Amino acid sequence: MPHRVLIQVKAVDRAALHRRTLIFPATEGPMQPKTGEMLPQTDRFMVPAIFVGFLILGFYVATQTTDPLMGMQAWTFMAGVGMALIHLVRRYAEGIPADDKGAYANDVVKAGVIASMFWGIAGMLVGVIIALQLAFPNLFYFPDLPWTNFGRLRPLHTSAVIFAFGGNVLIATSFYVVQRTCHARLAGGLWGWFVFWGYQIFILVAGTGYLIGVTQSREYAEPEWYADLWLTLVWVAYLFVFLGTIWKRKEPHIYVANWFYLAFIVTIALLHIVNNLAVPVSWLGIKSYSAFAGVQDALTQWWYGHNAVGFFLTAGFLAIMYYFIPKQAQRPVYSYRLSIVHFWSLIFLYIWAGPHHLHYTALPVWAQTLGMTFSIMLWMPSWGGMINGLMTLSGAWDKLRTDPVLRMLVVSVAFYGMSTFEGPVMSIKAVNSLSHYTDWTIGHVHSGALGWVGFVSFGALYCLTPWLWRRERLYSHALVEWHFWVSTIGIVFYITAMWVSGIMQGLMWRAYNEFGFLEYSFVETVEAMHPYYIIRAFGGLLYLSGAFIMAYNLYRTVKGDVRAGEVVAGQPLPATA
Amino acid sequence: MFNHSTLERHSLLLIVGILVVVSIGGIVEIAPLFYLESTIEKVQGMRPYTPLELKGREIYVREGCYLCHSQMIRPLRDEVERYGHYSLAAESMYDHPFQWGSKRTGPDLARVGAKYSDEWHRAHLADPRSVVPESVMPPYAFLEKTELRVDDIEDALKANRAVGVPYSDDMIKNAKADLIAQATSDADGIDAFQGRYKKAEARDFDGDPAKITEMDALIAYMQMLGTLVDFKTYQADAPENRR
Repeated sequence: MPHRVLIQVKAVDRAALHRRTLIFPATEGPMQPKTGEMLPQTDRFMVPAIFVGFLILGFYVATQTTDPLMGMQAWTFMAGVGMALIHLVRRYAEGIPADDKGAYANDVVKAGVIASMFWGIAGMLVGVIIALQLAFPNLFYFPDLPWTNFGRLRPLHTSAVIFAFGGNVLIATSFYVVQRTCHARLAGGLWGWFVFWGYQIFILVAGTGYLIGVTQSREYAEPEWYADLWLTLVWVAYLFVFLGTIWKRKEPHIYVANWFYLAFIVTIALLHIVNNLAVPVSWLGIKSYSAFAGVQDALTQWWYGHNAVGFFLTAGFLAIMYYFIPKQAQRPVYSYRLSIVHFWSLIFLYIWAGPHHLHYTALPVWAQTLGMTFSIMLWMPSWGGMINGLMTLSGAWDKLRTDPVLRMLVVSVAFYGMSTFEGPVMSIKAVNSLSHYTDWTIGHVHSGALGWVGFVSFGALYCLTPWLWRRERLYSHALVEWHFWVSTIGIVFYITAMWVSGIMQGLMWRAYNEFGFLEYSFVETVEAMHPYYIIRAFGGLLYLSGAFIMAYNLYRTVKGDVRAGEVVAGQPLPATA
Repeated sequence: MFNHSTLERHSLLLIVGILVVVSIGGIVEIAPLFYLESTIEKVQGMRPYTPLELKGREIYVREGCYLCHSQMIRPLRDEVERYGHYSLAAESMYDHPFQWGSKRTGPDLARVGAKYSDEWHRAHLADPRSVVPESVMPPYAFLEKTELRVDDIEDALKANRAVGVPYSDDMIKNAKADLIAQATSDADGIDAFQGRYKKAEARDFDGDPAKITEMDALIAYMQMLGTLVDFKTYQADAPENRR
């Protein structure tokens, strides 16, 4: 605990005392169980009753439908609900709610950490497989297995890493952070578990759906209408659990990380509902048709698509940055004022950026110009956030040498800065005319996804595991070092291969020979990609290997092991703050 | 005087603030597309998909073709020379959802219609590397073996009408008959079908007259892509088409 900060605060005034809670995440103090716990709690039968109700609905659909795909989806849904019910029954058998033993609801966060690690590896594995399919099409395609084709696995990869891995990290960390920063137990009792299981069931139905050919073809919003409705229900429950905890807070102010979590939850709900408006062909079939058509549909989708980046992959993970970096560095957030400016300008500007996905298309030019302008402006709040995160290290830069977890968090912010610079550049129409439709875009996405979202998530999981399971320290810091370097090298291979090949591809498409004819046929540009696709797959494989190292390290940490002979230079990592 | 700490102390005010701030951009950018007349060009030749083409389009969506193939030719010299006239907003006005795509691992398909023979499409879809050795496309041989599901075609047209596609009662009533007529080379009712859907081509697309397969539907869809608008009558420089 840096005494310097506290002394400074005392010297100022009461307002500043309140502000302290804004720039410095609260520490985990002893918390008295609330006396209200003895009141009848409806969640204890409401949550199981809802699951049973949906089990019956699932059975009805499974037995009544004439659509074989819907039948498979219904049975999968029931399997998921069944798993949730079995888990709840086991918790009841142990006496409910077991979480009450501690002041904070930790079990649901622990489940989130495990789910994050599981889905992370699953999603990255599928990513490596589809990278290999493009590099070696003769080896990795199976003519008689339609579900192994690139077109079905690619949404599985993107949804698994963004929504299954990223989403579980966000839900788990938000449940952890909101309790600590509000000094209040998670609201809603079993509703927290409803959110956890409801979300896993959504992933299960959506993911298996892609494999059997169920998709709306809206990128990053592929699940069909019934899965969308289920997610809406889960998301409303999530909002109320989160908000309910804020309502119970003992701090007068809402901590900055929670602003970002709230913006993420509320805006994702708005985007999800509008973008998925559709009319189903039948209530017992999978197929639906989007409410919008053509140009309006395209902009609605990319308004959603770019803000899935802006609010899911940015605002949500900035919340993680605002809690875990100050916590791990033991330093207050660099600037309270900057966090206010950064927050409001980021969420205001991001929502305009969608049209830059549609440059030079049939979208009216005025909309393209607006999208480009706001995308360039977006550079400023993005870097404001980066500066606020990095400068939090003021006076603690030496920890980067000794604390590999902190280094991972800080490098993630550096990657954030890099990809939020690249993004505005690519949104300029002249640049976009070259980069659009090429693998440069894929490279850009992965510098953000692997570097920023991946690393900040890994950092948070490395922090949470010893904190939640009450371990002195991680099993091995050397393995964190290995993870860090293997993954970083993997990212470098990945993004440089995609930059070079993407720009090459764009230039080849527009190349003319001396007679004024197009120089290359399309398939020649496909052939030219081959070596880069191999390098990309190798980079992805390295990144996946890093995740395996991490999973092993976390597993041994949970077991309570410490790697023999490991001496840490300087002070040990703060295990429980 | 406004003080930010008011928002920090009242979660509902904070949420209202967030909702207001994130709504502005979407309202300003998206809402006008629904009422500005200039958003969609005035063209001749656009018609709703035939039942068989609609089914083919569903297979295109199901297999994730849009992940590697765009259907949006940009008004750039190289694209227009490689693929044909740049895409108009009008050409996807009946597309629920749109299939513009975002990536070209393979070439653009907005105007692939009538450029290759049915036989080429069949061979290419079943085993892409048999006709294009450098291709990285997955094989779709199973489409030839899978019979097309047609029992829900009327409901599919009705759902499309509910979201604004101008299918007439006549089209909906005859949906199944039209689907079969289009996929068969010498079917009855072919004239009535072609009266309902202008420029629609009817033949046995997959070369197997015994059954109507998913291959029939997909090739029927691909062979009409980009062929509807009559560019002889379209004037790009006319004031109503300048955007």
